[in-house]
Amino acid sequence: MAIYECPGCHYRYDEEQGDEHEGYPPSTLFDNLPEDFTCPDCGVRYKEDFKRLSDS
Amino acid sequence: MTTYTLQHPEKGLISYTDKKRYLWLSSVFMPIFPMLGILAYLGTGSEWALGIPLFFSYVIIPFLDWGIGSDENNPPEELVPQLEEDRYYRVLTYITVPMHFIVLIAIAWFVGTHDLSVPALLATAITAGSYSGLGINTAHEMGHKKNRLERWLAKIVLAVPAYGHFCIEHNRGHHTEVATPEDPASSRMGESIYKFALREIPGAFRRGWNQEKVRLERQGLSVWHWKNDIVQSFAISAVLQLGLIYAFGWIMIPFLAVHNVWAWFQLTSANYIEHYGLLRGKEESGRYERCQPHHSWNANYIFSNIVLFHLERHSDHHANPTRRYQSLRNFDNLPELPNGYYGMYMIAYVPWLWYRVMDKRVLALPHINGDLSKVNIDPDKRDEIYARFGGGQAPTAVAA
Repeated sequence: MAIYECPGCHYRYDEEQGDEHEGYPPSTLFDNLPEDFTCPDCGVRYKEDFKRLSDS
Repeated sequence: MTTYTLQHPEKGLISYTDKKRYLWLSSVFMPIFPMLGILAYLGTGSEWALGIPLFFSYVIIPFLDWGIGSDENNPPEELVPQLEEDRYYRVLTYITVPMHFIVLIAIAWFVGTHDLSVPALLATAITAGSYSGLGINTAHEMGHKKNRLERWLAKIVLAVPAYGHFCIEHNRGHHTEVATPEDPASSRMGESIYKFALREIPGAFRRGWNQEKVRLERQGLSVWHWKNDIVQSFAISAVLQLGLIYAFGWIMIPFLAVHNVWAWFQLTSANYIEHYGLLRGKEESGRYERCQPHHSWNANYIFSNIVLFHLERHSDHHANPTRRYQSLRNFDNLPELPNGYYGMYMIAYVPWLWYRVMDKRVLALPHINGDLSKVNIDPDKRDEIYARFGGGQAPTAVAA
């Protein structure tokens, strides 16, 4: 389990927690997010732009 | 007046004082302005007084932008975090939310209790709509923020103009697809504002609704579930507007119809002028390049910016969509409109005049430099535009 961060607005996707509002349940791996995933907060950074921060 | 300071390891002491700190109150009180027209009518008995707010927006503000000029104040990037943390600025946006409800209800009361001629009714409904359109601007500022309270307030204020899908479609759709032919909220060169409105208004709704449908389906829920943010906002609209019809009678139906359409058209007007003709290039992967500062038109005028929460510093907004209005910065060499938004709306409403003012400005931008393949062109006008500006027919590869 890891945390990924949007380099633009610093939204964090924590695989352990998922993102309930976006419909990603806990333990959803970042790799398993849709390929067209864009940052839920700023909308202008794509999946490949996200930086892996650390293991959570 | 608050001064923000920072001891920078390389640059030394950096400080910034926001000279517009108290001018931002204008954005809060702008929605009250239509009430002045009503007060003037009650005082004089002349229906002409009801035109004062529209005259102010569409004639006086463009003159003020022209006379007062552009805004050279820019917060240093290093102090943006301090500005963002200053709660004063966000409280102003909170206060604006109830103002929009109060103003609409007050104008509805006026219309429902006074015997107005049809032109006076129309002017009053358009006035109400233009100020509720500012509610979309307030929602725009708050809907981009990360905290739940601001996102909720955005949904609530969108109920006033009955445009509850805006934040969804704008944040996830417009910001992703901006300055591409696929974006219904980016206008094309040669496309009149009226043609654009017929593409933008339904296109934006469809996009927002589909995005919410996909999000809810991931949760295993129906698109009609109460968790649908769009349904929530429109439910408030229904209570508000049906309540007004119940309270003030059937006259509310034409009044609210004109009010709603004109409020939506205010957003259409802003969208129309913000990205006209601008086009992002495609990378080798087939994906559009990231939105660059030259993919937005800016209007760095003091007056219209202080009543629009800095919306006109649009390039920085697209680069940093979650950045708060007080922190938005202006940069040199950006696409710049020759007047503020209200002045440009008036020009846009006369399509031949708009083309005359803007088409040459699009082509003169340094990254375009007359190259029509770098312009977002209305497909129906492609041949005509190439004949006029490109010295011949549109190349097949570009026209395809």
